Amino acid sequence: MTAPVKLLYFAWLREKAGVGEEDVQPPATVATVAQLIDWLETQGGGRAEAFADRKVVRVAVNQEYVSLDHPVTAGDEVAFFPPVTGG
Amino acid sequence: MIRVQTDDFDLGAELKALTAGNHAIGGLCSFVGLVRDMAGGEAIGAMTLEHYPGMTEKELERIEAEAQARWPLDATLIIHRYGRLEPGDQIVLVAAASAHREAAFEACHFLIDFLKTKAPFWKLEGTPGGGQWVDARDSDEAATRRWTQSSGKAAE
Repeated sequence: MTAPVKLLYFAWLREKAGVGEEDVQPPATVATVAQLIDWLETQGGGRAEAFADRKVVRVAVNQEYVSLDHPVTAGDEVAFFPPVTGG
Repeated sequence: MIRVQTDDFDLGAELKALTAGNHAIGGLCSFVGLVRDMAGGEAIGAMTLEHYPGMTEKELERIEAEAQARWPLDATLIIHRYGRLEPGDQIVLVAAASAHREAAFEACHFLIDFLKTKAPFWKLEGTPGGGQWVDARDSDEAATRRWTQSSGKAAE
């Protein structure tokens, strides 16, 4: 990947990860959301704890819901958040 | 029309503006969500609603477009607040207007059910023990699934 991937974290995922927004340069082997999370878990802070239970992590790529096998490419905006509780 | 804002809204004025000038509308249905003062037996002082600026608007527009595709609607409105809210405060307004009541009722119900499980908002409740993120409810997921398993009766 050349351009960075922009990451956003919301609600308790932000609190656990200890970061709300960051630009990252994952290795070229990272091609999907699941692989991105695998890599982020090795990047320190509270990231590993934030992603510990992936069943409760929702993911949006470029502001649309996606599943964990969705591709991630340079320049994407990837957001991680818990199940929503508005309304 | 969709709006995401910190300010309160005036239900009467919003509904009046929504139907103004369109006399083909015979039925207008609205739902307003309010902040409760109790959750799971615990007193709530105030809550803070966080959202995902950008995706929130897109998701609300997708939900609104889906309702308009399913029912013959003349007008729809979604207003959702964020930021600090206190018990009794209005959080959300959804409204649907149509020639007849059935489409208005069903679309209004659909809008709030979908909003609750799709729009990226999160509630942080202030309790005596500190801030607590509200857990998503299975019953909300079930309410949304109902609309995907069988299409609305008034669908065209």
